[in-house]
Amino acid sequence: MNEISILRSLLTIVGVSVAIGLNAVFVVWLERKVAGHMQYRLGPTEVGPKGLLQTVADGLKLVSKQIIFPSAADKPIFALAPIICLVPVFVAILPVPFSDTLQGHELDIGLLLVIALGLLNTLGILMAGWGSDNKYALLGASRAIAQICAYKIPLLLCILPVIMLSGSFSLRGIVNAQDPVWYAVYQPVAFFIYIIAITMETNRSPFDFAEAESELVAGFHTEYSGMAFSLFFLAEYSYMFLASAIASILFLGGWHGPFLPGVVWMLLKIYFFLCLMMWFRWTFPRVRVDQMLNFGWKILLPFSLLNFLITAGVMAIL
Amino acid sequence: MNNYLKEIFNGLKSLVIGLKVTMTTMLTKSTTIEWPREAAPIPERFRGHIMLRKNEETGLSKCIACGSCVRACPSNCIQVKGAKPEGAKKKAPILFQLDFTKCSLCGLCVESCPVDAITFSRNYALAGPSSEPFATMNLLAGLASPFREESNEL
Repeated sequence: MNEISILRSLLTIVGVSVAIGLNAVFVVWLERKVAGHMQYRLGPTEVGPKGLLQTVADGLKLVSKQIIFPSAADKPIFALAPIICLVPVFVAILPVPFSDTLQGHELDIGLLLVIALGLLNTLGILMAGWGSDNKYALLGASRAIAQICAYKIPLLLCILPVIMLSGSFSLRGIVNAQDPVWYAVYQPVAFFIYIIAITMETNRSPFDFAEAESELVAGFHTEYSGMAFSLFFLAEYSYMFLASAIASILFLGGWHGPFLPGVVWMLLKIYFFLCLMMWFRWTFPRVRVDQMLNFGWKILLPFSLLNFLITAGVMAIL
Repeated sequence: MNNYLKEIFNGLKSLVIGLKVTMTTMLTKSTTIEWPREAAPIPERFRGHIMLRKNEETGLSKCIACGSCVRACPSNCIQVKGAKPEGAKKKAPILFQLDFTKCSLCGLCVESCPVDAITFSRNYALAGPSSEPFATMNLLAGLASPFREESNEL
């Protein structure tokens, strides 16, 4: 019994690392392909078939480069920031069920864990901005903090109706609760706001204020080079993967689907959300910070609150 | 309140229109031409370095080594030496050298040529590690010569 659980833990660690690495390699390539074709270009074509190995080549280049510490940087914080950004994903992906049998670890409060660890991304950004001793980095970090206040409350208010309907904090329980009908059908408003909120959560355009390369050089990771930079990059794409997985579990019925095996359905749903986020990124220009705050507080918050209250009222009556 | 909802509606509508634009772009063929596997078409009036026209019947150049291109050239980049081949009535070039590093592609040599022997080539892939080959471009290369071996020594 004990040996089996150790083996299982080892397999989980290896599986999660491989999944996150492969996902980043694939999604970065996909993003560049989508970006290219949306601008009448081709994207990467040279390295590997259809340019598939381009990300591997870029990764090797980044790994072989020197990490430069600015002389005035707060070194421990500066060095810790990319790790703080990336590591929570590895933990948060554990309770995510990819199929009926494929899950790192079943947790009764899996959803809470994911939400809590999702916040650490912003902490990493704040540490990067503060530790760099660079005005652009600090501005980017402060924007990330302003942003988290604007999206996190609507995000949670969109998750609450799902929790109320399913009566469970466990991701597996939520998936099983929407066996015949997906919650996207019961909760279209929450679903819609949730998609907007996860683009904000993953710092993606049109809400990529923390990075904002046309205004802030590269925002919070201006001073990062080599592997430290690629960790931020990896973290961004891993958070996208995680957020998409949670979105498909909360609203699109997780691994449920006809004909194909559960894992395939789950991955299809995840990559549907990833493609949607790419589509947004290469269509919408970045909004201003005040516009984003107005949008978060004056539009997302009232609508998600209203949706939450109506759901609670209807549930109380029925 | 009415204004607020209207603003949201209009905003959403514009977002959908934007998404439609990028999606149609994505589904149309990209305009990229993958050099060097394929090349873009060269415009008809493209000016490459000058070259000598070939007389299709004989394979010789049409040049009569009169030197009007040398005189017309504002940058002094053409050198022509001519001689009469045995038994011929007209002169033919022994040497026709272009210093392409000085040439500004003005085309005065092309216009001034009385026998229409000079034209612009369509060769644009002209990168090299040194300027030497471009300073002494031999435009007679690739053309048949009316001279025997001994006259090639110049």
